[in-house]
Amino acid sequence: MKAIKVLIVRTAGTNCDQETKVAFEILGAKVELMHVNDLVKSKEKLFNYQIIAFPGGFTYGDDIAAGKILANELKMKLRDELDRFLHKNRLMIGICNGFQVLVKMGVLPGNVPWKQEATLANNDSGRFDDRWVYLKQAASCKPQAANRCVWTREIDEVIYLPVAHGEGKFIPADDTLLRKLKADGQIVFQYCDREGGEPLYPDNPNGSIAHIAGICDRTGRIFGLMPHPERFLFRTQHPRWTRQKNSDVPDGLKIFRSALNFLKRA
Amino acid sequence: MYWRVEVENKSAVVDPVGQGIKRDILDLGIDSVSDVKMAQVYIIEADIAEDDLKRICEGLLCDPVIQQYMFGVLEDKKFRIKPKKNCYVIEIAYNPGVMDPWEDSTKKGIRDLGIEGIISVKTGRKYRIKGTLTQAQISLISEKLLYNKVIQHVVTIEYLKKTLQAHKEVAYEFKKVEVGLCGLADKGLLNLSKECHLYLNLEEMRTIKKYFSRLGRNPTDCELETIAQTWSEHCVHKTMRGIIDYMDHSFPPKKKPRKIRNLLKTTIMAATGKLNKSWCVSVFKDNAGIIRFDKDHNICFKVETHNHPSALDPYGGAGTGIGGVIRDILGVGLGARPIMNTDVFCFGMPQIPMRKVPQGVLHPKRIMKGVVAGVRDYGNRMGIPTANGAVIFDERYMGNPLVYCGTVGIMPKKYSAKKVGAGEYIVVVGGRTGRDGIHGATFSSSELTHESESISSGAVQIGNAITEKKVLDTLLQARDENLYTAVTDCGAGGLSSAVGEMGQDTGARVDLDKVPLKYNGLSYTEIWISEAQERMVVSVPGKNLKRLLELFAKEDVDAAVIGCFTTTKRLELFFKGEKVCDLDMEFLHEGLPDSIRQARWQPPQRKASMPKNRKNLTTALLEVLSDLNVCSKETIIRQYDHEVQGMSVLKPLGGIDNDGPQDAAVIRPLPYSNRGIIISCGINSRYADIDPYWMAASCVDEALRQIISVGGDLEQVAVLDNFSWGNTSKPDVLGGLVRACFGCRDAALEYGVPFISGKDSLNNEYKIGKKTISIPSTLLISAMAVIKDVRKVVSSDAKSADSLIYCVGLTRDELGASSYYVINGWYSPDVPKINFKKSRAVLQRLSYCLSKRMVLSCHDCSDGGLAVALAEMAFSGGLGMDISLARVRHDIPAKSLRDDVLLFSESNTRFVVEVGQNKKRIFEQALKGIPFACIGMTTAEKAFKVQGIDNSAVIECRIDRLKEAWLAPLRG
Repeated sequence: MKAIKVLIVRTAGTNCDQETKVAFEILGAKVELMHVNDLVKSKEKLFNYQIIAFPGGFTYGDDIAAGKILANELKMKLRDELDRFLHKNRLMIGICNGFQVLVKMGVLPGNVPWKQEATLANNDSGRFDDRWVYLKQAASCKPQAANRCVWTREIDEVIYLPVAHGEGKFIPADDTLLRKLKADGQIVFQYCDREGGEPLYPDNPNGSIAHIAGICDRTGRIFGLMPHPERFLFRTQHPRWTRQKNSDVPDGLKIFRSALNFLKRA
Repeated sequence: MYWRVEVENKSAVVDPVGQGIKRDILDLGIDSVSDVKMAQVYIIEADIAEDDLKRICEGLLCDPVIQQYMFGVLEDKKFRIKPKKNCYVIEIAYNPGVMDPWEDSTKKGIRDLGIEGIISVKTGRKYRIKGTLTQAQISLISEKLLYNKVIQHVVTIEYLKKTLQAHKEVAYEFKKVEVGLCGLADKGLLNLSKECHLYLNLEEMRTIKKYFSRLGRNPTDCELETIAQTWSEHCVHKTMRGIIDYMDHSFPPKKKPRKIRNLLKTTIMAATGKLNKSWCVSVFKDNAGIIRFDKDHNICFKVETHNHPSALDPYGGAGTGIGGVIRDILGVGLGARPIMNTDVFCFGMPQIPMRKVPQGVLHPKRIMKGVVAGVRDYGNRMGIPTANGAVIFDERYMGNPLVYCGTVGIMPKKYSAKKVGAGEYIVVVGGRTGRDGIHGATFSSSELTHESESISSGAVQIGNAITEKKVLDTLLQARDENLYTAVTDCGAGGLSSAVGEMGQDTGARVDLDKVPLKYNGLSYTEIWISEAQERMVVSVPGKNLKRLLELFAKEDVDAAVIGCFTTTKRLELFFKGEKVCDLDMEFLHEGLPDSIRQARWQPPQRKASMPKNRKNLTTALLEVLSDLNVCSKETIIRQYDHEVQGMSVLKPLGGIDNDGPQDAAVIRPLPYSNRGIIISCGINSRYADIDPYWMAASCVDEALRQIISVGGDLEQVAVLDNFSWGNTSKPDVLGGLVRACFGCRDAALEYGVPFISGKDSLNNEYKIGKKTISIPSTLLISAMAVIKDVRKVVSSDAKSADSLIYCVGLTRDELGASSYYVINGWYSPDVPKINFKKSRAVLQRLSYCLSKRMVLSCHDCSDGGLAVALAEMAFSGGLGMDISLARVRHDIPAKSLRDDVLLFSESNTRFVVEVGQNKKRIFEQALKGIPFACIGMTTAEKAFKVQGIDNSAVIECRIDRLKEAWLAPLRG
């Protein structure tokens, strides 16, 4: 079977590109990094790939607001191509800064295409925070919407991943949108405490509304999250690995595996 | 025309920036403020229509979900600050000439919207403060919290126009300037040195005069500046490399003075030479020390200080400090990839009342906040994990804080050396050159005074991490395509020092008018000596030039040919075709006359004082755990991204709740290999108050203990020295430095760990009127070790109940300058010493036990001694302990044997080790012949219990109480 091809888009200030590459690579995908300038110059290259990943970092310094300048650039220069890309059975992920980009260009939650419906604001603590958090898959009101996101189908329990950001507080434009996201199974991950219960700070590290850590679009193929799955691919990355004996599949890896398996089955 | 835009959070949305400032105002002792709100201000100079501006606001500047905006022409009345009762408005903007960090990216965003014609963008912040305040309180809040006058100012409408005008470019009219030096007598020479901030002494000025008299002409300003920079303490380390007359007055006194020629070479570097390790690739010559990692890769490490700039502008100073050391790694060999940062800070006491802070000095708390934020914002943006460091507090650092920044890099081994070829192009890449950082190299030769902030504001640089990240991304691509033959960074001394060094063996000619500028108006000398950040210089063979320029252009990085390397062995500079500098490379680099300095060492004469023997030491332990030098630094650590790049194996914090201290950082730099790097550091300036020799040796011991403690060994450990000293023209200060170098040399030789790189920062003192406050003599030892298999790493948190607790190493009566004594004001001359032979055996044997997986957890004893190590291990693991002091191995005579001595002595080379009962026999067998003892057990019951020598209870405390005492002091 031919390897699945993944494009990682990078630009000035991107900095989690290498570990994101490793995440896909160890699962057998073929990964290429491309600078946004190259992509804008030859837009058709986009269609060589089945997955596009927007990695973490501080694109353009996060000046004005995190992810804003890259979001603006992609929307102004690649809107048609990205639309076409997504209308085929392809996938997209935005991690941390990548999530901020997808939200600010209106691709996520994407109910009104290319309109920003939510934001990722300054953490309530007012500062950058690097810590590990527990995440659980949000329950959906409609059974048919359960497990909508193709990136998390192989996850069914509480998982553990690191966050490292200063602007990660998810705020939807209004309550109607929040209800809709809940109903339609677009809320993928919520912060929780160690046992999966209601989190306080620092279990909810940024004050996100409804403890939202990651969302997907209505197709479940576009996924964005603040935590960093690419930072938990190996046992020794877990903050307490020296206290643990067993070696399950690291939680971060499960996310990338879900997506690749989805494409393999499709 | 100028447009103005203000963006702020909608009223229903919290404003964390405003709330943070509100908390800080409360910290200042002002409790009458009910609310603070921040608005982002943009002043856009552009010939665009109102519709376009609206599009800019809605599409780019304002977040539609949480923010609102207003805009208009600059003069519009709606922006006028209307005085309102109990509501004060303060607006802050950057000074003219200071780079506005958001300008470029905002312009790019506007261009992407399809709107052209933007001339400039200036940003500012407008604060609305609600509450009843006096004018004095408003000034206090502005000065202490909202702005730093070195780089910013408070905007008033009248002033706004003026500064905007000042931002405007003033064209530079070229005029070659000669300095009439040859006609000057000694007094005139010294005056010239002072007036021009050259910081050269008479002997050096005379040498320059002689050189030019022989040529029959006066120097140009540019030549003089070039020499001053090349010969500055910062660039050439003349104290360490000069001649020292050293007199040792310790007991028994050695009557004869000793002449030391090149202190560095004869002590620290000599030890490295003698050890002659095959895995040392490049030591003390390039921008960083390089050692072997595996068969294909080398790793490198460099630590720098950035003290004076951080005293003036903590945020910018610390940011450019980390930016500078990262460039050192980019510029070592043909360039390495930075994979980890380290940070060690020394601050004054943060709880000191404002009125006790001298004029011209920022409050230690503000310095701490600024420095931490500066490193955070620069390091995080660079995508390099900051995973190891330390924070030290001492009141003597108040006027002169220390900021050490280190970077580790990795490179394919074929890129470990550089060689400039004659005829190759000199290309400068990265940031543009501006007026920032003029005189930084020479400024670091002076002591700080309350005037420093005005005379040296040019020495402060504002960094832009993203510019440097772009350089990193592109430079390494160019390296991998073999497009250049040599690279170095522009650090202190700017182009002058970078080109001067690279062309030392060949000669160089530069056309200064080819250097890309941030704005017009710079003189040729300013261009040459500017310390503008984020610039690198590469040497490019003609055939590669086109490809190289194309590669940088593709990712929007400025790159410009500014000259070429020659065969003339001269430094020749031109501006618009006219020669402005023509110096012999040999004179420039070898012409500096040797300095002769006096040094003297004498042990301090201070009366010993000690506490009464107490029965209950629970309170004593809680106090030591809360000592700022011992307590948790979690608030700082978490602001740094310590796991970006996904390599972390041992994070700075660990244990059952991820908040216990770990001894060293471990990373696994290659995704498909289990080979790792251990990074640790040793620092304890208080020991230097008693004896800098043992301070230095103890710092090496501490750094090595941490490596052993996490599972490393002594096989392949390299160390770095970073001295921050007071004024070494004072013989006793220099005498201390000599002794510290001896300590480094002996420790290196005895432990078999070579120094591979180092740096000294002298003249760290602060003048208040006639009184001079010198910093404590401070040595940072950073260590880097290779570990073959990271899966064998051991953490310091106790793992399970009912395992055995050992104390490994010998405890002596060494409470001099210990945490326990210092916080209580007691004194003893018994500073921790080392028996190197015995200590080396302890390190090696214990390392063997860890490598054979006999050990569940291991923690080294440092500040606070055995007591703190035990307590930290227990509460990090969420377990209790039962400990008996009677079993601790020691050599203390019966008359001075006491419980507090055993608990708090800071004797070197000691560890607390947790071993499972099933490993008892093999563990004890392996340690045969070295001092160790099983001193207790871990318990499931969460109580920490210590029995004294006479078996009575001396400490009994819940572990959560111990933990809280340790977590609380710097929480915030």
